[in-house]
Amino acid sequence: MKKYVVIRLINIVLTLFVIATVTFFLMKQLPGSPFDEEKLAVLSDNQRAEFLSRYGLDKPVTTQYVLYLKNLAQGDLGTSYYFKGQSVVSILADRIGPSALIGTQAVILGLTIGIILGIVAAFRHNTFWDYSTMFVAVLGVSVPNFVFAALLQYYVGLKLGLLPVAFWESYSSSIMPSIALTLGVVATIARYTRNEMLEVLGQDYMLTAKAKGVKRIKVIYKHAIRNALIPVVTVLGPITVSLLTGSLVIENIFGVPGIGSLFVDSIKVNDYTTIMGLTLFYSAFFVLTMLVIDLLYGLIDPRIRVSGVKE
Amino acid sequence: MVEKLLEVKDLHVSFHTYAGKVQAVRGVNLYLNKGETLAIVGESGSGKSVTSKSIMKLLPAQSAKIESGQILFEGKDLVGFSEGEMERIRGKEISMIFQDPMTALNPTMTVGKQIAESIMTHQQVHKKEAQQKTVELLKMVGIPNPEIRLHQYPHQFSGGMRQRVVIAIALACSPKVIIADEPTTALDVTIQAQILDLMKDIQKKMGTSIIIITHDLGVVANIADRVAVMYAGKIIETGKVEEVFYNPQHPYTWGLLGSMPNMETKEELAAIPGTPPDLIDPPKGDPFAERNDHALKIDYLREPPMFKLSETHYAATWLLHEKAPKIERTASVRRPLKAIGMKKTPEKQLEPLIEIKHLKKYFHTGKKEVLKAVDDVSFTIFKGETLGLVGESGCGKSTTGRTIMQLYEATGGEVLFHNKKVHEQKSSSQLKEFNRKVQMIFQDPYSSLNPRKTVADIIAEGLDIHGLVTTKKERQDRIYRLLETVGLNKDHAGRYPHEFSGGQRQRIGIARALAVEPEFIIADEPISALDVSIQAQVVNLLKKLQTDKGLTYLFIAHDLSMVKHISDRVGVMYLGGIVELASSDDLYAEPLHPYTQALLSAVPVPDPLVEKQRERIILQGDLPSPSNPPSGCRFRTRCPMATERCSQEMPVWKEAKPHHWVACHLFD
Repeated sequence: MKKYVVIRLINIVLTLFVIATVTFFLMKQLPGSPFDEEKLAVLSDNQRAEFLSRYGLDKPVTTQYVLYLKNLAQGDLGTSYYFKGQSVVSILADRIGPSALIGTQAVILGLTIGIILGIVAAFRHNTFWDYSTMFVAVLGVSVPNFVFAALLQYYVGLKLGLLPVAFWESYSSSIMPSIALTLGVVATIARYTRNEMLEVLGQDYMLTAKAKGVKRIKVIYKHAIRNALIPVVTVLGPITVSLLTGSLVIENIFGVPGIGSLFVDSIKVNDYTTIMGLTLFYSAFFVLTMLVIDLLYGLIDPRIRVSGVKE
Repeated sequence: MVEKLLEVKDLHVSFHTYAGKVQAVRGVNLYLNKGETLAIVGESGSGKSVTSKSIMKLLPAQSAKIESGQILFEGKDLVGFSEGEMERIRGKEISMIFQDPMTALNPTMTVGKQIAESIMTHQQVHKKEAQQKTVELLKMVGIPNPEIRLHQYPHQFSGGMRQRVVIAIALACSPKVIIADEPTTALDVTIQAQILDLMKDIQKKMGTSIIIITHDLGVVANIADRVAVMYAGKIIETGKVEEVFYNPQHPYTWGLLGSMPNMETKEELAAIPGTPPDLIDPPKGDPFAERNDHALKIDYLREPPMFKLSETHYAATWLLHEKAPKIERTASVRRPLKAIGMKKTPEKQLEPLIEIKHLKKYFHTGKKEVLKAVDDVSFTIFKGETLGLVGESGCGKSTTGRTIMQLYEATGGEVLFHNKKVHEQKSSSQLKEFNRKVQMIFQDPYSSLNPRKTVADIIAEGLDIHGLVTTKKERQDRIYRLLETVGLNKDHAGRYPHEFSGGQRQRIGIARALAVEPEFIIADEPISALDVSIQAQVVNLLKKLQTDKGLTYLFIAHDLSMVKHISDRVGVMYLGGIVELASSDDLYAEPLHPYTQALLSAVPVPDPLVEKQRERIILQGDLPSPSNPPSGCRFRTRCPMATERCSQEMPVWKEAKPHHWVACHLFD
């Protein structure tokens, strides 16, 4: 088991290295620079050279790359071009809080509601319950969350005045963005759970359990749910990553100072270091989540546990 | 008078499907006495499983419905029972054993918990007590080291062991009735013998009554006291096993018994023509009339009643009516056991077609693990003969076939076709020629035909690839001729595979193989997915084609009686190696290798008297893993005659008697 985790961690470091390299060189291919070209043109050659050298942009690309990797190894993502004098790490630290809060709330809420709806739909297969759950699921997938967000703002925020319409002031500011994000999660999880549940209900071992005389409700929670959740765990990975690291649109609509809005802003102004830092952060978070998911698999499914140890 | 524990009266069950209402069970009457074993026999779709699940009320609530009838258990009618009342019956009074032990256990729960769950549902006992009882149960069903095995998950058990666990679950609360739905169908013969023995043993100890559902008449003869034959949702004949086997009255029973080869049958099998009726719109009269050579006019008009032949023996056929004509039975059921071994392989035409020399096929399964699926196998197949290859699952028989065909690349050894090394034929035209001359028929007729192609295109694909036809007209003629050859007709050419039954699909598979006019056909378990009566049709077809076209077959199967019936010579495989090879008569009359002996003795024959007197060699334990085979002779871990030497030396493949090859130290 330990060996397995170590191998996986080494793989993760390699993956991140490749991602860092590719993004670095892609970034250099982008037209334009973090600075205002017109204003830069006004400066004298000397001034311009000094200006560029302050940011290390005068050196050849390969040297810049080596320098970047060196800093990266020490956990330094560089200094932002746009937010003057602030290191990318400190900007990230500032911005991650709100995104993580609304993301976590959305995942927990979405997972709970989604699983319950999925189970109900599977057990009431081809009835009103099933159809209405699946209707909600289709809505959740097809209605863009910004439409839902706007509706929430209008009715819950303005008309009823129950929650703040926007901005990040107190805990209550996080509720509406979380709800807006949840809808999609509920839809995805509910569909998956329902399909898996239907599959599990048709399995022979469900019949075995019933033939023992085990009560219906007990058959569900002791035999069905665990087996049905194994594939659901798979979709949980990407969902968690995308929500915890912020949804660009939702954060913009609600004026949440999160990571998503930071990403959009930094791309607009060609803030190389911040874009790079964010990309790496996303990637690292993603691969680590996948590792956690794989370990979770082993916890739920004994068959995977054994083969995992072998590796 | 014996006590009737369970009685089913005029049971009707139907299913609602998109196509319409399927009347799966149409008026079944049966009873079960205390301590006896009743077998329900029938082909797929006959309603035998539905009947048994109705008794437990385990049918899917949304689609299935018990239309009418009674299910009396100890005098109480279960049909009217609520779900809560049924929960108190299930597992405690009546319990069930399922067909496929690989899927019948929850993969995410330890075996011990699954057994204890049954105990704790019905008895007010403490967890500790339940665990203790679980250990006892595991011991009783013959699982070694129960204290350790208790905490393991189902995937850590072999198929046979899992079925023992399923039986332990069924036994947990000492039920009065056990319903076993095809309990040995998914198992190998040697494991089947173990499980049947275990069930008999348990019945003796606990006095349980058993209903066993099966399609295998050998199993019936082995275990049952009484038998009920089902066809198209009805019981058409019932009686004591001896009555039904030695004095069958219904033509369907004749057909069933006739289409099973026993170890001596040489003549063509008495296949039942046609297929069972559609139960969405069941025929008005006798449902079997369509397939019955002796059908009377009345058979098409009115359903026959149950005619009484004795206190226990009843049959539903108009042939038993006093005005019906007397009929000489076509297939005799009881064929006397006579000394065999007359037919020797004719010495004259021994021209080898395919020679396999030291063939090896290894699979890399892990970083350092190598699975030796086929390990040093040598044999020769002569022109025009059928060589049977038998063995339990995992013995490498299918891999051998596929490696010969070059579907797998051999790890070592060589295959000679017409004295030319197949593996050296690198040019594509040579390979193409080989691919044309060697064809394969696959096991599963459902997955081996492309569902998106018409039958005509499936059959003609080989013709197109090898450029054997030039015009459209020629192509069509060939397709039509091929369809006729395999007993289908030209109307079938434009249809898709899903429109056909299993037996018909297998015929399409055969037509596809025949299309390119091969010399050699490898048939990999071609009949094991089919019903008994359909099996006989396909086997008869294969035999006929061989005589007509001079084909050579490699017939791979696990059904020993079928292999014996179709093959001239038979090779027995065990754990990647071939252990014995001889003419089929010699092999069955005088098996030399202890494994062959055990394998033959494990096959139940459809003859109750023989079955009841037979002394079986029951092999202990399971097949060892082929990635870590025992040293020396691979069979020694299960061999009753193993000695010190067997663990040290690998036995040599030698001709112990003329034309009788064996690999065993007993014959050095």
